[in-house]
Amino acid sequence: MASIALLVAERKSSQLDKLRSVLSMITYPIQSITDWPLHHSKETVESIKSLYSLKEENERLSQEQLIYKSQLLKYEALEKENIRLRALLEKSFKLGEQVLVAELLSVNLAPFEHVVVVDKGTRFGVHAQQAVLDAYGVVGQVYRALPLNSEIMLITDPGHAIPVQINRNGLRTIAVGSGRINRLILPYLANNADIKEGDLLISSGLGGIFPQGYPVAVVEKIILQPNKPFAEIYATPKAQLNRSRELLIVWKSEAPIPLETQETDQADENHAEE
Amino acid sequence: MPKNNAFGYGRYFLSIIFAMCLNIAAWPQPMAQFNPNWILLVVIYWVLAAPERVGIFSAWTIGLLTDVLTGRMLGLNALTNSLVAFLCLRLHKRLRQYPILQQGLFIFFCLLVSQFLIFWITDSQTIARASYTFWLPVLTGTFFWPLVFFSLRAIRLYRRIR
Repeated sequence: MASIALLVAERKSSQLDKLRSVLSMITYPIQSITDWPLHHSKETVESIKSLYSLKEENERLSQEQLIYKSQLLKYEALEKENIRLRALLEKSFKLGEQVLVAELLSVNLAPFEHVVVVDKGTRFGVHAQQAVLDAYGVVGQVYRALPLNSEIMLITDPGHAIPVQINRNGLRTIAVGSGRINRLILPYLANNADIKEGDLLISSGLGGIFPQGYPVAVVEKIILQPNKPFAEIYATPKAQLNRSRELLIVWKSEAPIPLETQETDQADENHAEE
Repeated sequence: MPKNNAFGYGRYFLSIIFAMCLNIAAWPQPMAQFNPNWILLVVIYWVLAAPERVGIFSAWTIGLLTDVLTGRMLGLNALTNSLVAFLCLRLHKRLRQYPILQQGLFIFFCLLVSQFLIFWITDSQTIARASYTFWLPVLTGTFFWPLVFFSLRAIRLYRRIR
């Protein structure tokens, strides 16, 4: 019983991360075992897919890739233009993130929390408070990185909040998780705030965890509350939180990308005009 | 070591690992709320069945592993497990004589105590929001106790290993 008293004392300090990492080496196989049946049933289904459907899928994917490539070309031009314009405003611009694809383990840690487990950990350089995305939007952040796996808190967890802005007009606010997988709450917007149903919310980059400009959610419902200071606003996450198996863990580039030659060019031109 | 005295360590560990798998299995959303604390049920069974082998310390160790496995505060499940194991050790002689329904009542009490400790220690917003669904695993755990009891007893008594 003395060990229990020890535990209560230890709980307050944060020196236990090492112990947790060591023990996670033991528990990781259990998580893999649990994941195994679902993972392999999916693989079997894929292996018995007909050649025809695979061909069809291949064709569709290559078409999609063509479209995305052409869009990317445009995006590159826009990015260059953006850097140039920001150089005009003499502002630094952070761009370029490195990502790592991690696969979800189908385990459920606690029923009332939205925390998922992925199969990449500190051995891949993952650390806590990294942003996690999928192909459609922001998923969440790395909550705890263990050697072989890491726990990711979804943006819909009741204990999670993400700084966002409305894409249409740049209005900044905070989106809080609701505990329901398809809903975020915007509790800090006044009744007369300029927000409409269908507005896209993107990550604002404030707070320093989430990179700026990724889609987070779409405003779903606005309930005005004339007797209270703030309106009740609900949004639906863009990311497929309960469907996607592959997630992207993002490394932010800490240093802003230098504004290289454009800036000096601009400066030269300014001098010339003078 | 004489055969009739060998404790089925393999069965013991396998049952614990299986319970851990059940605990973190990705049940569909409505079912996940009902998922009982399988690990605690299995620990209670082994404490009742072999109190001279499975004691507070092994319950504590399993609890610590559970904490790491499910990402709780370290020591949360260790504390509740060892407390429940202590209660079971104290009362195991009497509990073995009880019919299964009366045992179930005691198990209900144990699960309630452990869940209440968890509720009390993690003063988190999440649990407050979960409201009554937080207490559902206690009921389902009691409901599943006969299943755990009879299946584990069948496993333990298979070829009379004790």
